[in-house]
This record gives sequence, structure tokens and C-alpha cells, in this order.
Amino acid sequence: MQRIRIAYNKGIELQYTGNLDMHRVWERTFRRAKLPLAYSQGFHPQPKIQQAAPLPLGFTSKAELLDVWLDTDEPIEDLTKKIVNTAQPGIQVREVKVMSLTSEPLPNLVNAAEYRITCDDPLEPKEVTARINSVLAQVKIERERRGKVYDLRPLVQSLTLEESFPTTIMMCLASLPGATGRPEEVLEELKIDPFTVDIERIQLILNTP
Amino acid sequence: MPSPTEIRKQLRRILPRVQKPGRYAGGELNQVVKDWTAIQTHFALIFPDIYDIGVPNLGIMILYELLNQRADVLCERAYLPWLDMETELRQANIPLYSLESYHPLREFDILGFTIPYETLYTNVLNILDLASIPLSSSERGNDYPLIIAGGHSTFNPEPMADFIDAFVIGEGEEVIHEIVNTQQEWKKSGKDKAELLLQLSQVQGVYVPSLYEVAYAPDGILDSVTPKNPSVPKTILKRMVPVLPDPPTHFIVPSIDVVHNRIAVEIMRGCTRGCRFCHAGMINRPIRERPVDQIMTGIEEALENTGYEEIALLSLSSSDYTHINELVQTISDKFMGKHLTISLPSLRIESFSVELMEKLRGARSGGFTLAPEAATDSMRNRINKPISTDDLLNTAREIYGRGWTTIKLYFMIGHPDETLEDVEAIVRLCKEVIGEGHKIIGKKANLHVGVSTFIPKPQTPFQWAAADNQESIYAKQKLLRDNLRGPGLKFTWSNPKETILEAALSRGDRHLGKVILAAWKLGAKFDAWQDQYQYNTWVTAFESCGIDPNFYIARTRGLDEVFPWDHISSGVKRSYLQKEYQKSLQGILTNDCREECLSCGILPVFNNLRREHPGQLWLCPEVK
Repeated sequence: MQRIRIAYNKGIELQYTGNLDMHRVWERTFRRAKLPLAYSQGFHPQPKIQQAAPLPLGFTSKAELLDVWLDTDEPIEDLTKKIVNTAQPGIQVREVKVMSLTSEPLPNLVNAAEYRITCDDPLEPKEVTARINSVLAQVKIERERRGKVYDLRPLVQSLTLEESFPTTIMMCLASLPGATGRPEEVLEELKIDPFTVDIERIQLILNTP
Repeated sequence: MPSPTEIRKQLRRILPRVQKPGRYAGGELNQVVKDWTAIQTHFALIFPDIYDIGVPNLGIMILYELLNQRADVLCERAYLPWLDMETELRQANIPLYSLESYHPLREFDILGFTIPYETLYTNVLNILDLASIPLSSSERGNDYPLIIAGGHSTFNPEPMADFIDAFVIGEGEEVIHEIVNTQQEWKKSGKDKAELLLQLSQVQGVYVPSLYEVAYAPDGILDSVTPKNPSVPKTILKRMVPVLPDPPTHFIVPSIDVVHNRIAVEIMRGCTRGCRFCHAGMINRPIRERPVDQIMTGIEEALENTGYEEIALLSLSSSDYTHINELVQTISDKFMGKHLTISLPSLRIESFSVELMEKLRGARSGGFTLAPEAATDSMRNRINKPISTDDLLNTAREIYGRGWTTIKLYFMIGHPDETLEDVEAIVRLCKEVIGEGHKIIGKKANLHVGVSTFIPKPQTPFQWAAADNQESIYAKQKLLRDNLRGPGLKFTWSNPKETILEAALSRGDRHLGKVILAAWKLGAKFDAWQDQYQYNTWVTAFESCGIDPNFYIARTRGLDEVFPWDHISSGVKRSYLQKEYQKSLQGILTNDCREECLSCGILPVFNNLRREHPGQLWLCPEVK
């Protein structure tokens, strides 16, 4: 058995494919590639596939990570070739590498995620910078999510205006169990309608072991 | 019309607001995208219900693959958006578009609907409307796409005659190319739409309703359907492919969960059992089987192309497939232990079926489904589905004994001349079955009983029969509900108010076109969805058109009555259906016609094809 880690981009073809369905997308990719998935034990054996951090519906990404356990000793070069060749539209494989079977589960490594937001409507750069500064200047941003009050401010690790035309904002948000920042919520604080932007995840920030 | 780029741009702002936006995005594995401007003919296949139900449709998959194999055709897909998306599209003024290239449906040359059942009719209208295409065939000139429709419901095309330019009767694999060729020649000719329709009427299996004059007698019963032009055929004989071609293997794999996520392979087409209520069994004759190696090659290619985890082996009666043993053994040897689920529906009620299923059983196996349909011998004789109670009980014992905990049994109520005694017998039989389960595996035993209501269908021996009335159905369902109780028993039934709509539409005539239109205008859509079906809307629609639905539902037809579908031929003779109807009234069984030819009409009608393809290809016996 081998554990491999796949780094990939998720494009617009799979923009509206949620996490559970991405699991299926990968399962089918390995089956097409004739790579034997390792299954869990028990009454309902499941293929062992682990994603780093759920990507919200509608986002694209240049920073997806996935671990998979395969019942094969094939060299990584061959595995890579098969995976790259069978990956479906919307998946662009960047790197495939072998991981130690005992290394930390992927989701536990994720610390934060960086997003690039491209706005449809051009905004006055000075105005955006002012709004960004006002958000960053706050000590506490109380918001409600599913009936629970939480503080958004500590989840925002960085927030900058990257480009003025089109208005492009970068933000790095905490991504920890029970403390995950959502870009839409930051956008609302910036008074930008989340339905008028494209959001791309561009980096996952992992703990260095 | 907005351009695909404009549509895409608008959708980016709309899709995040709707449920399951993946339904409207396309981009799936195995979708075919060709260069729009470089290709002559633009064809869109449409399933008139939501994506989740439409994607697994095998008919669409077959035609999609065939059409896209042609270099001069591009074939894309569309489905009906769910209510939330419909609202968004209408608000933003976005016309319904194809999932591959996002072109408005209006810009295609041909739109092909598949309409397997009648409760999709209002959805067809809704799709045309969402595409900004006039609903009425007569209002669509050269600038609009040709609208065609096929599928089982079109064996009585009349209720939809106002809306569809041409119906395809029967199997589409060959005729679809002839339709495309005809359309291409017409387009080159620069002539008007009437010429295209006339040319299409010359293609065998194509019915152009606007070329026929329909006359009614004073009592409202049909008098005649006559071609308006001497070159138009009086009777439209269905298309039938003499040899089943290779099955499709490039199934579209949706990137979201849909109702069936699987490879579907027809192992054979047609059925020789002759159950008198069965529409599919009458219209899909003769029986044609696929060889085992063709099925296996198809499955293996499809697995490579899709990576699917489930395979369904489809037919109307799997146990009757000549090589069923060999097929199941081969599949079992090849795929067991590979985490694949293999389903084999429509098995006969006998212990051999349990052996077959055992070979295919993987880790994830659900219940075991059987369809006895009736519980008394007199009823079984009337519907011509003879099953002995002993066989059913033996099979049930075998199923529970081999580790299945759930059996699903399907019955039908509402046959002509059914008595309460026949219904009580369903209760007794089910209690015996669950009793066997309790004896063998105790409290773990489950029995799900599904009881549907019989609807007399056109082109079957019951086309003369009245459907049971609502009061009687309610009484029978109450009897079942009150008595089908107890540990492990679960009972489901169909809403009689939904049943009567299907009953009215399935044997309707052209008058129903205005009722369907009125119902749609009043908001009827998704009539096949229990939670969307609006009974009162339909009642109002019938009333507003001055049409009594009971004329279609509750009337026993005279033996010499002209039916709205008489000019559409499935190849089975009306005289044969009548003989079967009369035998049903007398409670006389008819044999499986593999044993001896019963002269249903298929062989003489298709004798040329039979001669071209001699031997055991069709499972019709040699006729002396």
C-alpha cells in the first residue's frame, strides 16, 4: 500500500461540485486509471481518500490537496502519468508525491487559506483601501453564522488590495476546526456583494511539522 | 438572443443563488463539445425534467453518442431547470441554453425531446417557453428549430400534436440519421417549413401530425384521421432496429449526485411474456438479445471511460435472456471483489433468480425486488401474468434464507373486474411472505409492498378498458392500509389523483392539446413530482376547455371504436390486442410466444427485415 499526495487545481468545470461529490470524482478517476484504491475495513468499505480543506461551492482553486491510499507498489512516475492522463476536465494535476503512511492526516495540517477575489464592478481604489483599513482597524467583528455569534476579526490574517483594475483583493483567512474564515463574510464587511465577484483559493498554508 | 459568452457571464451571478448549481453548468466528463461555427447541424437532445433525472436516461445517451459520431453534427443537451432556477432565468431574461456550449436552444437546428411518460407534457411546454420558442407548431416558421419527440408516450402522440412538429415512433438509432439528413437537404434547398414537414413524413417511423385531418362523430368519439396529402402515409409504422447495435460506452458522468450513477446496458430489448397491462411489452417487439461478448465489451469499455461504481443490466425480463447464466457467471468472475455494484432488475419469481442474484451480490446489496402484480389466480389469468403462490413463497424463503433481509413486492390494483376479494388476497399473501421471513430470520425480516394503480394504456389489450374509478381505488387502498400492518411490513401506494391524470392523457386525443396548454398556463409543471402535482389546476384546465376527463378515463370503449392512436402502428395488430382483451375478460391465459407464434403481427409487418437477418436473432419461433 502507498499513500500519495496530489496537488491540483480545480477549474470552472468543477466549480459547483461539492466536497462529497469531489470524493466521487477522484474515486472514479482512480478506477479509470486502473489504480487499485485501498478500502477501509468493515461492513461498508470506503475508499481511503482524504481532502485537505473543503472548498466552498462556486470557488475555483489553485491549491487543492488530496491524500489517497493505493494498493499498488507502482513507482511514483507511473502513478503520476496515469493520474494526469485520466483526470477529468476541471482538474489540473500539479504534483503527485509519496507520503509516509504514518504522517499526520492532511486536514490536521491546514492552518489558513489564501483567496483572490476579483470584482465585476470596478471600485475606486482609495475607497477599497479605506474599507480594508477600517476592517483591519477593528478589534472585534461580531457576526452570526447559523445562529451562532462569533468574532470574524481574529480569523482575518491579512487583507490587501492587490490590483485596482479589475478590483482584486487578496485575503488570508484562518482555516482551523471551528475557526474557519469565509471570504464572503469578509466581503460583506467590505460592503462588496459576494454575488458580484469570482473567488479563487490560491494557497493553503500548512503547519510545518 | 444573448451570446454564449453573455449567458455564461450572467450565470456566474445567478448560479450561487440556486440549489445544486451543478445541474446547470455542464462540463461533465465525456460531454462532447465541438466547434459550433464549423459544423453544419446543431442538434439538442432534451429530457423534460430536471438534470438529476434526465442525465441517466439511456435513450438520450444512445442518441447523444450516435449523433456526435457524425462529423457534420454536433449534439448537445438540455434539461428542465428546477423552480428556483426557472425564476432566476426568467427574471434575468436568460433563454434556456445547452449545457455544452451555452447556446440558446432557439439557435439549434433540431430539438429532440424524449417523452417516456405522459406526466412530462407540461414540462415540454415549459422548456419551449423558457427557450423563447412559440409553443404551437403552427406558429413556428423557418427561423425556429425543428421540434421532434420520441419515447414510449409517443405511441399515442395525439395529445401533444399541437406542439410537436414530428414524432419519432419506435427505436431511434437509425431513423435519427434519416431525420438529420432530411433536415440538411431541406436547409440547402431554401424551401419553407411545410416542405421540411412533408419530406419528414416520407421517412418511415416519422409522424407529422399537422399533415392529418381529424374528424369526430357527434358523440365526441373519433371518426377518422386522414392524410391531407396523398403522398403522406395513412399508417405510421414504428421503427425497429433488426440487430441491436453496440451499446453506448461514453456515458456522461455528472459531477454531482443524480438518481442513477451508473453504466446501464440493455441485455435485450422486447419481451415475449405478453402481460396484458404492459405497454413496453407490446410496443418493443420482437425480442432481440445482445450476445454475451458484446455486453461484456460494452461494460469494460464503459468502465474505462467512466470509472462508475455501478452497472445495471437492463431488460424487461432478465430471467428470459437466453444466456443469463453465462452472463452472470462471466460478470461475477470478472468483477467480484472490485467494489462494483451490479444490478439485475426484472427477475422472474423462482428460486433460480435468487441463485443469479447471489452471484452478483457485492458488499452493498439492497433489497430483493419481485413483481407478482396480482394475488389471486383469477386476476393473474386476466392480466396474463401467471405466478403460483407456492413459487412466490418458495422464492421468498430462499431470499430470506440466503441473507437478504428486505423483499420488495410490487402489486397493481384497479384492473377491470377486480373485486375486494382480489385486494384482500394481496394482504394475505404479503402476510404469508413476511411470516416466512419471521420464521427464517426473525425480527430482521422486512417486506416493502408497493401497490400502484393500473392505468389502461394505448396499444395494449386493455386499450378498450375503463380505468377504475377514484372511490373504488380509495376503498381498495384503505383496505390495504388498514390491513398491511405489522412488524417488518411497509406499504406504499400511488395517489389516485395522480393516476387519473396519467389515465386521461395516455388515451387522449387532439382535444387534450388545449387542456395541456391551459394547465401549463395555470402553472402546472413537474406533474410527475408528488409534491408539485396540482390536481385542482388540472380540474380547472379540463373545465375551462369544456372537456370531461372521464370521457378518457372511465369509459369502456366499444370494440369497433376508432382510437386516436390507430394510425400509429407498433407492428402488433389491433385484432391480436382485441383477442387478448377478450381472453382477459374470460380469464384465459396466453402462452409465452417463444413457444408458439401467436400471430401478433410483428413478423409479417417486418418480414423484409426478418428475411435480411435470418436465424435466431429474434426470438420469434419459425412460422410454418
